[in-house]
Amino acid sequence: MSTLLVLEQVLNGLQLGVMLFLLAAGLTLVFGIMDLINLAHGSLYMVGAFVAATVAQWTGSFMLGLLAALPAAALAGMAVEVVTLRHLYERSHLDQVLATFGLILFFNEMVRIVWGPRAIFMDVPQALSGTVEIVPGAPYPMYRLAIILTGIAIAAFLYVLITRTRVGMLIRAGASNREMIGALGVNVKLLYTLVFGLGAALAGLAGAMAGPIFAVEVGMGEGILILTFVVIVIGGIGSVRGALVGALLVGLVDTLGRAFLPTLLRLVADPATADGVGASLASMSIYILMAAVLIWRPRGLFPAYG
Amino acid sequence: MVELPDIGRISRRQAVHLGALLFLLLMPPAALALDEPFYVSLGSRILIYGLAAASLDLILGFGGMVSFGHAAFFGAGGYVVGILFQHGFEGSDFLGLIPGSDAALIVWPAAMLVAGLLALAIGAVSLRTGGVYFIMITLAFAQMLYFFFVSLEAYGGDDGLSLYGRSRIPGLDLSGDATFYYICLALLLIFLGLGVRLTGSRFGMVVLGVRENERRMVALGFPTYRYKLACFSIAGAVAGLAGALIANQTEFVSPSLMHWTRSGEILVMVILGGMGTLLGPVFGAAAFLMLEEVLSTWTEHWMVVLGPVLIFVVLFARRGIYGWLVGREDEP
Repeated sequence: MSTLLVLEQVLNGLQLGVMLFLLAAGLTLVFGIMDLINLAHGSLYMVGAFVAATVAQWTGSFMLGLLAALPAAALAGMAVEVVTLRHLYERSHLDQVLATFGLILFFNEMVRIVWGPRAIFMDVPQALSGTVEIVPGAPYPMYRLAIILTGIAIAAFLYVLITRTRVGMLIRAGASNREMIGALGVNVKLLYTLVFGLGAALAGLAGAMAGPIFAVEVGMGEGILILTFVVIVIGGIGSVRGALVGALLVGLVDTLGRAFLPTLLRLVADPATADGVGASLASMSIYILMAAVLIWRPRGLFPAYG
Repeated sequence: MVELPDIGRISRRQAVHLGALLFLLLMPPAALALDEPFYVSLGSRILIYGLAAASLDLILGFGGMVSFGHAAFFGAGGYVVGILFQHGFEGSDFLGLIPGSDAALIVWPAAMLVAGLLALAIGAVSLRTGGVYFIMITLAFAQMLYFFFVSLEAYGGDDGLSLYGRSRIPGLDLSGDATFYYICLALLLIFLGLGVRLTGSRFGMVVLGVRENERRMVALGFPTYRYKLACFSIAGAVAGLAGALIANQTEFVSPSLMHWTRSGEILVMVILGGMGTLLGPVFGAAAFLMLEEVLSTWTEHWMVVLGPVLIFVVLFARRGIYGWLVGREDEP
């Protein structure tokens, strides 16, 4: 029984991990190539979730919502890139942080104006509403399993895209030396906008898939953005591989900590104290993990590009 | 801080300092005369956030360390006051060891000490890295503390902790808004005076040198990590004092004091006022809080305006309000 519970929590951890990976991959690519720290990445996640929820309500189809969220987030991302972020590439990180902080305030308030302050709740799509037994006797929601599989598919897609295609070659070249690929005649501006759009689409996908699990509400992007930062810091900024490892680590540590720390502490303390301390420790666990990784490796597990 | 000129002519910078000081000194009686006591408490908030922003400027403007977690120390200072007050009220001991108290002369230094030690711990880990890592890590640690206090049910958790009054100083009644305002003003001026001394000292020069070229400072034989950590801890302690003051001002502490948007706001105040000037952030705090007041009476969606204003300031107005007031170069 207890092993089944652990298995279920491990799957939940993986599911959180792949969601974080979708966000972290885009953020780390943008950072690696454009040297831009984008706090507004969480806003694109929020845009994806809201568009998906709205379209799903109109049409009654979750898939249509998902399909609408991807281009919506990508377009929002590319628009933001062209209007503001493009002017920030040569500026200091401090300027980038402040300007994208301004973007967050703007996006949150715009969403509040358009959709109102109330949270929207999405239904799990009909086809995925059941459960599957991965091992006999342990039913697991099919929807969460679908998220994990989607995340794995996206990771494989990114791997092929970055290591096997011409665009991927340009992305890698851009990350190594931005001036040089410009000098070689690559349209750097276009490349940047496309990479930004790709990252935004991934964030939108994560937001749309998160809809049926979390509430779709204003400010939903920031909590997960900070988790994504932890992921990137652990994995090493600029490294997609690091983002994958970091995301899975953070997902698992967070989920397992929340599920089992209070129970474990009950072995050594009385139940009330154990629950209180356990909950506090669990909410801090990933930050402690981050600190530990940094003491061991100040530039993350997979420091990218020298 | 303000040196009166020995000859009849004063520089533009001195005129700005003198004007600001006079305004701050005369504001409460003027507000009370106009029957607008609200402005006194707004003024206190400006002074307190000005103190927090000036302390951030110590690491941001002088040390070149972009910390996105300054609200952690601000909130920690507030919670020290709140928690000790609660224990003093109940007559119980914190962790069964430390008796509660509401004496400002004990609690406020305690808030500085706790916030300073916290900054020492967070800085010790964060300063091993630099650049963007530092931004993200300070943000993450502040958020960790936020979640810690959210889940700390013994002290109100998410709902926060109400104080049943302000700290006490023998012979002064802090519950009066004007008295409290002048206490805040005095503390701010003391900090600004010490801050100017500190940044002009050898210590300050080393920190400035690290900002300009850390590798060269290392080559010159300075233990730059220790200097940065000391600077970070001092700034944290001062932010803790500001937190202790805000807890007194609102008579309430909650995790929202250390929410990451609060760190962002304090950072914005520094930039808005002009970083690396110590005095500028106070102007920035005033501008930010007044802008918030004005915009929020105008529309409830004031953030839709504030966001683009912020982007605009970052893109086009780099020298900040203070830089704009005192002019490009120091006049003799």
